[in-house]
Amino acid sequence: MKQAAIAIRDLSFAYSSDMPVLTNVCLDVWPLDSACIVGPNGGGKTTLVKLMLGLLTPNSGSIRVYGQAPVETRTRIGYVPQYARYDACFPISALEVVCMARLGSNFSGKYSKKDKQLALEALAAVQLADLAKRPFAALSGGQRQRVLIARALASGGDILILDEPTASLDRASEQQLLTLLTELNQQMIVLMVTHEVGFSSTFFKRIICVNNKVYVHPTSELTGELIQEMYGGDLRMIRHDHRCAPEGHEHD
Amino acid sequence: MTELLAALTDPDLPFLRYGLLVGLLASISFGIIGTFVVVRRISYLAGAISHCILAGIGCGLYLQTVAGISWFTPMHGAIIVALLSAVILAQVSRHAGQREDSIIGALWAGGMSLGYLFIAKTPGYFDPMSYLFGNILLISRQDIYFVAGLDVVILAVVCIFYNKLLALCFDEEYSQLRGVHTQWLHLLLLCLTALTIVLLIRIVGIIMVIALLTLPAAIAGSFAVSIRQMMLLATAVCALCITLGLGASFYLNLPSGSVIILIATGMYLLSLGLSRQSSS
Repeated sequence: MKQAAIAIRDLSFAYSSDMPVLTNVCLDVWPLDSACIVGPNGGGKTTLVKLMLGLLTPNSGSIRVYGQAPVETRTRIGYVPQYARYDACFPISALEVVCMARLGSNFSGKYSKKDKQLALEALAAVQLADLAKRPFAALSGGQRQRVLIARALASGGDILILDEPTASLDRASEQQLLTLLTELNQQMIVLMVTHEVGFSSTFFKRIICVNNKVYVHPTSELTGELIQEMYGGDLRMIRHDHRCAPEGHEHD
Repeated sequence: MTELLAALTDPDLPFLRYGLLVGLLASISFGIIGTFVVVRRISYLAGAISHCILAGIGCGLYLQTVAGISWFTPMHGAIIVALLSAVILAQVSRHAGQREDSIIGALWAGGMSLGYLFIAKTPGYFDPMSYLFGNILLISRQDIYFVAGLDVVILAVVCIFYNKLLALCFDEEYSQLRGVHTQWLHLLLLCLTALTIVLLIRIVGIIMVIALLTLPAAIAGSFAVSIRQMMLLATAVCALCITLGLGASFYLNLPSGSVIILIATGMYLLSLGLSRQSSS
C-alpha cells in the first residue's frame, strides 16, 4: 500500500469562529499526483494551500505531509504565491528573487555558486535566462509571474504548489507553463490553484473542488453539471480550448 | 565658507565639529536602516518608537534629579525604552491583526504623554524642545563613539544577513517557507531601527526623526535598482542633507534640525519630479 504524500483527515478551519472556511475535509494526494484545485473565490482554495504549507493550523482534524506536520516539511514544497501581492517598485533583480528559493541552505543566507547555478537553470526553464539581471519591477506581469514560478522550481523538493499562476499569463505562456508542469510531474507532485475551470484543468489527472467542502474527481468526469454543483446555482461555462461544440465558438 | 571652516576648527566651539562628525557617521546607519524602513513600509513603526523614546528621556531626567541615580542619564532611558518598544511592536504586528494601527497609535501617544509627565515632575527648568526638535548642542564626544559603534554593528549585521533581510522585506511569507526565522529577523531589524532613531534624535529631534530616516532612502529608491545601491545612495543623500543643513543653520542662525529636514524634503520633492519626468 502506497503512503499518501499529503493526508488530510476531518480537517476544519475558520479564520473567525462564525465563518467556517473549510469543513470536514478529507483528502489524499499521492506521489506523482497532479491536480488542479478549483472553486469559487472565497471558497477556501488558498486556505487549503496555506494549511498544506503549515502557514495556518487547522482548528480540528489533521494534516500530514510525508507523515509529518506541514511545518516540518515545508522546505520540500516549491510554492508560487499569488502574484498580485508584490510591491511593484521594490528594487530587486529577477535573479535575486529566484535565489530566495535557496535561502534555507545556511545560517547567514549567503548563496553558493551552486545556488546561483540552480537559480539560473530555473530561469532558463521558464525562458527568462536573458532577463536574469533585469529589475523585477521592469518586467511585464507575465514575466514576473514566470520569475515566481522559477523561484519555486529552484527550491527543489517533491511537491510543487502554484496559486493562480495563470492569472496574468497570456494564452501562449499559459500553454508553455502547462507543458512545463506536465514535464515536472514526471518527478514531482503538481498542485495548481485556479478559479477558472476549463482549458488548464484538462492537463491534470484529478480535480480537487473546494467550496467549504472538498470533493475530488478524475478530470474525465468534468462536465457542466459537476461544475454547476461545485460553484452552486446558475453558471455559464465558457470553454476556451477550441475543441468545443460545433455551434461555432472562435476567438482567432 | 572660511567663517564656517574657522568655526569648525575653533577649539572653543566643539559642538559644531561634533555635530557634523556625528551627523556624517550617523548617515551610514540612517542610509542602511532607512532603506529597510522604506522597502518594508514600517515608517509608522519607526514613528511610534521615536515618540515612545520621550518616555525614556523623561524617566532618565526624573531618576537623575529626583531619585538621585546620577549614572542613569536620559540617553540610557532612551535606549532602554527604544528597545522595549521595538520588542512590543514586533509582538503587536504578529498578534494584533486588524487592530495593529490602533495599538501603535496608543503606544505613540502614550509614550509621549508619559515622557512629558516625567519632565513636568522633574524640578528645575527643563526645555523639552531640544528633544522634540533636536539640538546639536546636546551632542558630546561620547556620542561620536556611540555612533561609530552602532555603524559597525549595523554594517556587520547587514553584511551577514543581507540576503535574508532582503527576502524578509520582499516576501516575508515565502522566506518563512524557506526556513528563515522571520520573527527574529523582524525583531532584529526593529531593534536596529530603534537604536538608529535614538541617535537621530540628537540631531533632528523626536518629531522629525521619521523624515530624516525615510526621505533619503525614498529619494534613493527612485533611482536605485538594488537594495545595496539604495543604501549607498541614501547614505550619501543623508550626509549631504546634514552637511548642508548644519552649514545653512550656522550662517542663517536657524535651528539646525528644521533646516536639515527642509532640505531633505525639498530634495525629495525634486526627486519625485525628476523620476516622474524620466518615466514619462
